[in-house]
Amino acid sequence: MNTWAAVRLDNPLSARRAKLTGGLGIFLGAFAAFLAIPPIEARAVYWPILVGIVAAMLGIWTVSSGRRRLGWGAVAAGILGIGLGILATRSSTANLGAAFDATLVQQTLSFATPLVFTAIGGMFSERSGVVNIGLEGMMLLGAFWGVYGADKGGSWAIGLLVAMAAGGLMALVYGFFAIHLRADQIVGGTGVNFLAVGITGYFFILLYHNNPIPFGVSLLPNVHILSGTGFFSVAVGNLNILTWASFALVVVAYIVLFKTPIGLRIRACGEHPRAADTVGINVYAVRYSCVVLSGMLAAIGGLYLSEGPQGNGSFIFNMTNGRGFIALAAMIFGNWRPAGAFGAAILFGFSSALALKLEVYSTQAGTLFQILPYILTLIAIAGVIGRTVAPAADGKPYAKQ
Amino acid sequence: MTEPTKPDPKVIPPPPRPPEANIVRFANLLSVRRAGGIFVPLATVILALVVSGIVVAATQHSVRIALIVYKEIFYGTGLNWLAHPTTNLTDLSAYNLSQTLLQTSPLILTGLAVAFAFRCGMFNIGGNGQYMVGLLVANWLGVDLAGMNRLLHILLCIVAGTLAAAAYASIAGILKATVGAHEVISTIMLNWIAYWVASWLVGAGGPLQVADPTNPVSNQVSPSAQLPDFWGIQGFQGLHVGLFVALAAVVVFWVLLNRTTVGYEVRAVGFNPDAAAYGGISVKKNYIRAMAISGAFAGLAGTLDMLGGAGSYQVGQLDIPFIQVGFIGIAVALLGRNTAIGTLLAALLFGGLSYGSFHGLGSSAVIDPTLANNLTYIIQGLIVLFIGAELVILYVWGTPKRLRRRRADIDQAVDALAAVTK
Repeated sequence: MNTWAAVRLDNPLSARRAKLTGGLGIFLGAFAAFLAIPPIEARAVYWPILVGIVAAMLGIWTVSSGRRRLGWGAVAAGILGIGLGILATRSSTANLGAAFDATLVQQTLSFATPLVFTAIGGMFSERSGVVNIGLEGMMLLGAFWGVYGADKGGSWAIGLLVAMAAGGLMALVYGFFAIHLRADQIVGGTGVNFLAVGITGYFFILLYHNNPIPFGVSLLPNVHILSGTGFFSVAVGNLNILTWASFALVVVAYIVLFKTPIGLRIRACGEHPRAADTVGINVYAVRYSCVVLSGMLAAIGGLYLSEGPQGNGSFIFNMTNGRGFIALAAMIFGNWRPAGAFGAAILFGFSSALALKLEVYSTQAGTLFQILPYILTLIAIAGVIGRTVAPAADGKPYAKQ
Repeated sequence: MTEPTKPDPKVIPPPPRPPEANIVRFANLLSVRRAGGIFVPLATVILALVVSGIVVAATQHSVRIALIVYKEIFYGTGLNWLAHPTTNLTDLSAYNLSQTLLQTSPLILTGLAVAFAFRCGMFNIGGNGQYMVGLLVANWLGVDLAGMNRLLHILLCIVAGTLAAAAYASIAGILKATVGAHEVISTIMLNWIAYWVASWLVGAGGPLQVADPTNPVSNQVSPSAQLPDFWGIQGFQGLHVGLFVALAAVVVFWVLLNRTTVGYEVRAVGFNPDAAAYGGISVKKNYIRAMAISGAFAGLAGTLDMLGGAGSYQVGQLDIPFIQVGFIGIAVALLGRNTAIGTLLAALLFGGLSYGSFHGLGSSAVIDPTLANNLTYIIQGLIVLFIGAELVILYVWGTPKRLRRRRADIDQAVDALAAVTK
């Protein structure tokens, strides 16, 4: 940053205004892309171009007043918005109608649900200072043992409890290695991922002899609140119980983490464990609880894959297929905050749902759209649009004195 | 809760030693470290085998079956060939050994990839993505330039695929060097970007797809780019010359790391980036360079697999033996303690486990081969988990020695006290 920009930033009013215009620019850039799709459906090409140019101009203004990252972000958003907007106006309305409708909302929420649970779990673990790469494996354990519990116990509730126990137990083992033995946390997490693939695969074959899980396992129920074919009835009228629970989880996680003494302790352990220890917080106990909690939440996320509406009560070898890593990305993209992680999970869910929709008339577009969340996360960690900041002691083992 | 690593506060601190004693002690420590270098991986493997053996014994209700399973896996790897070497290709142990070595070669390379980044203090978890880039570039050139001179064609595919993977991996290095983005996260993202780009390339209507639009698979590499087999029947998954390339890479890795300026700088940055920077080494440059070299090893594995056995790539081919090689490379590098020879041996272990536990097991085995295959993942997971906690193993191993030393220290203190009071 040159001195001129630094001088400009010294003026607090100017700095705030720059932040505002930058944010507005990014918003307008996104808006430009959505002008042409329902419910607005502007058919003329010049609308997205106009709004996109305004976004880029705001971005340039922001750059010139010192906030370079935000400004360039707004410029990029404006240009992207123009491109996507033009593409949208050029495709036929019938196709757009097929792609952007109420089921898209419903599917977005459905794809996002496992990610929200896992990402919030990972957030608790990392806020307490333990990186959890093993989320993927803990999800997989939840997916298998949840179905097993529901099959043998006869109820989805038992499945939920068994899944949580399995994920929590694996997290406890991981916690012992990561916290007590001070093993490298990324190595340990990688080990958990291998171990989970092996355990679920081994017991799946041992218990079910490579056959599909018997038909008619008790599934996670849907909450039926609206019937009919209207926009809202299709979008949110018949969501799964876990989808509603995930909304509640975000609120609870926010309150616990930022409004209670427990949350303060968790964050203290993640930022400065020595200081936390000095004021009498049991760092190990806090870290163990958070890691076990993250394992349980990840297992619930995994359970949704096998016991939710998409999985239909069947387990497939390695069925999480990288969703744990996507959840990890969502947590980072959301800047280690519940609402941010939720928003990122929705974005990732949206791109999966849209890819599924786009496949109807172009597989290629659908596949390429799947890349978007990963590129966005890469941009987010690169700090182009607002830098993400990890807890200071994240991933560092703590040795008691 | 008990804490095994917590130092006992009641121990009397040892009196200061003369400088010569410190030198002797340092030499002793070094030899312990070196002995631990062999001891820790061995103990880890044995511990992992014992724990997973307990799993088998518990679920099959017989210790005998667990032992037989291990014997069968050993025969499945074909390593018993070494006891009675034969050139007869219809011999089962010879065939199994050739297949084990076929699985080992990519693991050597992905292991070296992870190890090289480790030596620079970075965790390259993106071996899969870099492998994929090598795979795709080799496929593209191997199909498009059909009919070239065979040697030139093969070399071109290998070099292009390796360089492309190096460039791809260096994205993570550049992000770490310029904006401090953690390489674990960026390489995970790059893995998935590579995966979806690959799906697009060979998917319906993609540039690398076969003529049939309903079949999401790439074209077969032309014969002019296929690696020659030297053991086994050409075209029937014989052992191709890629193994020698992998072995050469082990030598290159060792020379590069231990006998060149590049390696010296990489190791210096890995030991302590601040000290390296103080010594005039550019840390940023080394992050980017180490990541690129690391990606080159992983990409090389991809090109060899494409030109050697696979020949084509299919959408969604995410099953573990084929595409998880990057992740298994992490286990290989960790078990091999990031050294050249260690990586080679660890790759042989993991290659043998993956082949021997699944394809190597005949239908007459006491245990279902798919079950044994999953046992391999359990063993791999346990090894990685335990190796991460090497501190504990070293501690437990060093306990008798430490107790002796403590006793000696107390004796010394008592003697000193007696001398003063006399």
